[in-house]
Amino acid sequence: MSLEVPDGSLTALLGPSGGGKSTLLRVVAGLEVPDSGTIEFDGEDVTGVPVRDRGIGFCFQHYAPFRHLTVRKNVSFGLEVRKRPKAEIRAKVDELLDLVKIDHLADRYPSQLSGGQRQRMALARALAIEPQLLLLDEPFGALDARVRQELRVWLRELHETISVTTVLVTHDQEEAMEVADHLAIINEGRLEQIGHPTDMYDHPANEFVMKFLGPATQLNGEWVRPHDLVIHRNPADGDNAGTVERVTHLGFEVRVDVALEGGGAAWVQLSRGVANELDLASGDPVWISRTGASGRHGKGQPTARVPSRGPGTDGAPLQLLAPDPLAPNTTS
Amino acid sequence: MTGRWRLPLRLAALTYLGFLVALPVGSVFYRAFQHGFGAAWHAISSPDAVHALWLTFLVALIAVPLDTVFGVGVALILSRHRFPGAWLLDAFVDLPLAVSPVVVGIALVLVYGKSGWFGNWLAGHGITIIFSLPGIVMASATVALPYVVREVLPVLQEIGTDQEQAAATLGASPFTVFRRITLPSIRRSLAYGVTLTTARVIGEFGAVAVVSGLVAGKTETLTLFIQDGVENLNLVAAYAGAVVLALIALAVLAVVGAGRRGPTDAPTKERGTPRWRSRSDPSPSDSEVPLLSTT
Amino acid sequence: MGRVVGPALAVTYLSLLVVLPLAALFSHAFSSGWSSFWNAVSQPEAVAALKLTLLSSLAVAAFNGVAGLVIAWVLVRDDFRGKSLVNAVIDLPFALPTIVAGLTLLTLYGPNSPFHLNVANTRWGILFALAFVTLPFSVRSVQPVLAELDRETEEAAASLGASSGRVLWRIILPSLAPAMLAGAGLAFARAVGEYGSVVLISGNLPFKTEVASSWIFSLSQSDALGAAAAVSVVLVLIALLVLLGIGLLRRRFDIPEAV
Repeated sequence: MSLEVPDGSLTALLGPSGGGKSTLLRVVAGLEVPDSGTIEFDGEDVTGVPVRDRGIGFCFQHYAPFRHLTVRKNVSFGLEVRKRPKAEIRAKVDELLDLVKIDHLADRYPSQLSGGQRQRMALARALAIEPQLLLLDEPFGALDARVRQELRVWLRELHETISVTTVLVTHDQEEAMEVADHLAIINEGRLEQIGHPTDMYDHPANEFVMKFLGPATQLNGEWVRPHDLVIHRNPADGDNAGTVERVTHLGFEVRVDVALEGGGAAWVQLSRGVANELDLASGDPVWISRTGASGRHGKGQPTARVPSRGPGTDGAPLQLLAPDPLAPNTTS
Repeated sequence: MTGRWRLPLRLAALTYLGFLVALPVGSVFYRAFQHGFGAAWHAISSPDAVHALWLTFLVALIAVPLDTVFGVGVALILSRHRFPGAWLLDAFVDLPLAVSPVVVGIALVLVYGKSGWFGNWLAGHGITIIFSLPGIVMASATVALPYVVREVLPVLQEIGTDQEQAAATLGASPFTVFRRITLPSIRRSLAYGVTLTTARVIGEFGAVAVVSGLVAGKTETLTLFIQDGVENLNLVAAYAGAVVLALIALAVLAVVGAGRRGPTDAPTKERGTPRWRSRSDPSPSDSEVPLLSTT
Repeated sequence: MGRVVGPALAVTYLSLLVVLPLAALFSHAFSSGWSSFWNAVSQPEAVAALKLTLLSSLAVAAFNGVAGLVIAWVLVRDDFRGKSLVNAVIDLPFALPTIVAGLTLLTLYGPNSPFHLNVANTRWGILFALAFVTLPFSVRSVQPVLAELDRETEEAAASLGASSGRVLWRIILPSLAPAMLAGAGLAFARAVGEYGSVVLISGNLPFKTEVASSWIFSLSQSDALGAAAAVSVVLVLIALLVLLGIGLLRRRFDIPEAV
């Protein structure tokens, strides 16, 4: 595969486990050697450069703390290797510990820190050497759901403060959507799609991306988003006839499973208000229509198409092609 | 435990241990000082005794560092690399543990002795191995070969390579990584390994008996000196030497044993860490610690 | 540190100390083919020594298997003052040089025995020595397994009406059997090659109290290296076979390596 990471971006490599995202990240870092191909930083070929000279910062899923060193000595390690003067090291370490909010733990050992604190220490350690590229390998994978949530927000804010080009590997699509401004979907060693997260959500390049990035259901052989479907009691409003099988209340959402007249089943995601208005029960006849990705109501509007390019066919580095989300509304 | 059997079992165990291990070891100390400290001291400061002590010390000085460097090297190789034949390397390293020390000695003589494989070559270059110091060093190094590897290897396997990779990403050269990350993380197991190796080298008897030629005052280590003492009915000397070795053994036990004894408690009813396993300080869980605390 | 230099040095060291000597052992044992080997091994004195070694080692492994179980039981399930000291004493035979072990036994059970129990120059002496050096193997292989045993299965059996004897026989011992077997195997392998602790107390009387390692030693002193190699090969093969068996046993029954 080939891909290009925009300067200053926070790019997520997203995909199912075993797909090759971590391997790719480690190849970029220089921790693994590719069988063929090149890595370039700002146009400069670094493929033969050993990991210690690439000027990258790397964070591991299990933090890789230097267990026998205090937090402070962990963070200062890279600077000590570069033989920076003591005063400079101390100042930089203090600054970073303060940035990641673990300054009060400076003289503790990693074993005395919580998982979240260890990862923040690892980040401070990586940032200490002022890397040109920050690589995070499933950094929140080993943490509780709530801590993951907090750290995601925190990472996004950190990126906005520091703005080092960052590449994040994750298998959690929610995490990728929330944190990244560019997204590359990798599956079984292939690049499925690359682009802006929301754009890819609305315009997935293929069925895999569609199903991976969000909920999907099939209607007339096409994959659509359940929240892009509307249920009508009136046959005039909807194209597809069916019978309600089950209505499930999931807090603020309601999921309605519908058996379609033409065969097969689809499910529709409704808000509570809409569901209450419709007052559906199992066995009710209903008609389903689709809304477009741009939010327009209508019959037969396709919601899945392939505007963003899939994997490059000639191995050439891929450019970001999705329409600028800030541009005036283009045709969907 | 059923009350009826408790005391008889306890008595049986203690009696067996007492008569088989504790009393015999204690008796050596008794016999050594039976005729007073003076006699014991005199015995251990005779020229032959001093030479035996010196030779043993010298052998340890050479053999232990060799085995240590080798041990760390092999542990690194086995833990960091996958290659066909790794199991064979592992087996050969463990071999000295399985084999009788006398056999070790014979095998070495068959290679380095007068009529051994390298016998002619060595003689031609004026090198004597068997019946002199190099042979004793080799025999001692061989029997103690596995200890450092067996202590360090599991630790290296357990900690994995993450820390070393992290250090590399931070700019450290391979040597710096080894010195500042790898070595500190195996400090304790390495210390155990070196201690066990030293004890083994100092206490080796069978292999050294075969290769040394048993010339008193020349090629007698402390262990051989003890045997010599018994055979020549110079028992005070034998006991004195035995006391020195026993004290070293006790020191080794104190240093190494403390962390590694067998368990002496059955697990408690509740599921969880058995009482005898030291519970490492649990790390604070994230939920107890506010994420962005500014205090 | 060159990527090749390190491993090359390690392999060289290993070859000089272990691989070459082992090869030389086999080579000399079979120097004139099978006949030289067989001649050496079928010498009456060799046969006697090997027989004595194997039988003594077997006896000691079996006896210490039981003794080890009792000691481990007391350490795990009983409680009394000084238990940790007792636990430490178990390791003494591990740490003590074999010649010192031999001397200690000679002191207490030799000509000057305070108990007037003199087993010097007898086969009993050999058994004492072998029991001494193999005890830790027998205890330490059973101890952790015993400590890990789930008491609840015993309690369940008791609630179903089983007497403690039956619980022991039908519930506990079967769980301990693989570990006990492994421990006995280790003890056996160790005993077969034992020299230092035996040499003083046994007297090395040919055909009476001469164990295989002593026979090999005396062969070496009379420069009969080929014969020494042959008998050595027998010992090596026995030890390797036993260790292989233990390895398989451990894998099959998932026994931890306590020793």
